[in-house]
Amino acid sequence: MTSEENHGKPETPEIGEKKWMLRLYVAGQTPKALTAFANLIKICEEHLDGNYQIEVIDLMVNPTLAKDDQILALPTLVRKLPEPMKKIIGDLSNTERVLVGLDIRPIN
Amino acid sequence: MAKSDKKTKPIVDELLKTPTGINGLDEITSGGLPQGRPTLVCGGTGCGKTLLAMEFLVRGATQFGEPGVFLSFEEKSEELSKNFASLGFDLDDLVAQNKLSIDYVHLEPSEIEETGEYDLEGLIIRISHAIDTLGAKRVALDTIEALFSGLSNESILRSELRRLFRFLKDKGVTAIITGEQGERTFTRFGLEEYVADCVIFLNHTVSQQIATRRLRIVKYRGSAHGTNEYPFLIDRQGFSVMPISSIGLDHPASTERIPTGIPRLDTMLGGKGYYRGSSVLVTGTAGTGKSSMAAHFVDAACKRGERSLYFAFEESQNQIIRNMHSIGIDLGRWVEKGLLQFQNARPSLYGLEMHLVVMHKAIDAFKPGVVVVDPISNLVAAATEAEVKSMLSRLIDYLKMKQITAFCTDLTSTSGSLERTEVGMSSLMDTWLLLQAMEGSGERNRGLYLLKSRGMAHSNQVREFILSNEGAQLKDVYVGPGGVLTGSARLAQEARDKAESLGVKLEIERKQREIERKKAAIEAQITVLRSQFEDEKDELERLIAKEKQRGETLDSETRTLAKARQADELPTQQDSTGKPRKGDRK
Repeated sequence: MTSEENHGKPETPEIGEKKWMLRLYVAGQTPKALTAFANLIKICEEHLDGNYQIEVIDLMVNPTLAKDDQILALPTLVRKLPEPMKKIIGDLSNTERVLVGLDIRPIN
Repeated sequence: MAKSDKKTKPIVDELLKTPTGINGLDEITSGGLPQGRPTLVCGGTGCGKTLLAMEFLVRGATQFGEPGVFLSFEEKSEELSKNFASLGFDLDDLVAQNKLSIDYVHLEPSEIEETGEYDLEGLIIRISHAIDTLGAKRVALDTIEALFSGLSNESILRSELRRLFRFLKDKGVTAIITGEQGERTFTRFGLEEYVADCVIFLNHTVSQQIATRRLRIVKYRGSAHGTNEYPFLIDRQGFSVMPISSIGLDHPASTERIPTGIPRLDTMLGGKGYYRGSSVLVTGTAGTGKSSMAAHFVDAACKRGERSLYFAFEESQNQIIRNMHSIGIDLGRWVEKGLLQFQNARPSLYGLEMHLVVMHKAIDAFKPGVVVVDPISNLVAAATEAEVKSMLSRLIDYLKMKQITAFCTDLTSTSGSLERTEVGMSSLMDTWLLLQAMEGSGERNRGLYLLKSRGMAHSNQVREFILSNEGAQLKDVYVGPGGVLTGSARLAQEARDKAESLGVKLEIERKQREIERKKAAIEAQITVLRSQFEDEKDELERLIAKEKQRGETLDSETRTLAKARQADELPTQQDSTGKPRKGDRK
């Protein structure tokens, strides 16, 4: 988390040099939440090469956290780092759009 | 989907209502908004949707002890606090007291990517959490349509909104959902489809450069409600709706009478004056003394110690006081004593509704026993006749409800019929006085007619209305063979009549004397005739006696002669001559 090697513009991070901090908001173990989590792991493994940290927040447990990140829809994936903050809503089933949303260029 | 623990409200048979605490709105909805159900408030930009929603929560928190949750999709909480501070609502204070929670729900389409299935559970959790934290009974969503511009999947959105409203119902909170007016629908995104219990429509129109806000209950499932468009106002005290007819015709009717201030007029009104709480209308052309009558009425009320409120739309307070000095009425002293208050305003200063509200507020604050509106006809300058009529009827209903006697003057134009009011008001009035200029012999005089006075015996006679240094007086007009005369013509005619009656009196006296004379003359004649008769009678009696004497003498002479001739007694002769002769002899 602290090992941020700033490489100029945060908009064009290079994989491996950047720590990705992702937060997935869900409400209980719903099918959508499970699908989203599985999709997220898959994408991260494929494209972020271990330089990531996923935090799953269950709003059923911590409802107050919904306000801070302006969460309306569930599931919501929030890219906390690198800045700027990005949000992706849905079960993350469309990998292309997730990559666009997270601003990750596919390796291949 | 799992949901947070719900406190399902038991369903009751009768529709319960949550009072809004907003002036007039509870009257129209006969009690408030449907309890535990969402209400849709829709309307164009700047028509007061947010204010209505917020005031519902603030009044709930301050007046009814029901905390509220405000979900703002458009304005940040700091902006809301600032905006409502100008209306006297201290939102920050309420938030600090845990009576209100303002949640700014922000949706930035540019930083959101949609991939696959989602729902709005996050929003529901936020609302649910806020409700549970405060124990809120009221919720406002302003305006949830912002979601449509933030999220692209409309089918998900619609089904989720349906779920959201159901959630609110299950929670048992009374909610206000605001929605922007659509082109052909009440809301741009058809929210009325989901919120089917109560729909309130706000409208903001400008006519003749004067803006009027109006409110209408489009729908209220399971409840009677007023169906009209009710004008409403937003001022420093917040939202106030003016129900046109919601006051209804059930105001009390007093039998107490109050003097008019002009003794003769009291006499015309069955000797006692107007009913307390009734409405009095004085119509007349320019300069017939309408305001003077009003001043008399106010003066009399103040003398009784009653408070009077004078709404003047033509003259300033000082002008009225100065002018009334000329007929011997000192209104200035009542103002100083605090018994009389003037409210002077040009009709065009603001819209009719504002006038009505200003009047309502002045009446509420001053609590008068008598209200004068001088003149009602001038209000037409601010609106159309129909609007003035509706406004005045509401004012009069209000005054009647409060048992305040209303005295309205109305200037009629000389061209039309005098027995009509400029704004068709007469049917609303209980007592209608008509002041009419009567022209003739080079002068104008004032005549007063009592056109109607409900519920009391009243005079049908025209009276002459005279304004003098000692105030207004009513005089009988001259009604005679010369017609109805007033003013100097009446005085001249009265003088003529007096002279005429004097002449008649003299003539009668003369005739009576003549009779006396004739009687005396006849009596004298009778005396003469009687004495003549006596004379004649005497003469005739004397002649009769003489004749008798002569007959007897003759008889005795015949006998004497027969004796002398020694003739026989001639009884046969005597018999044949008959008894009369025998009798005579006796």
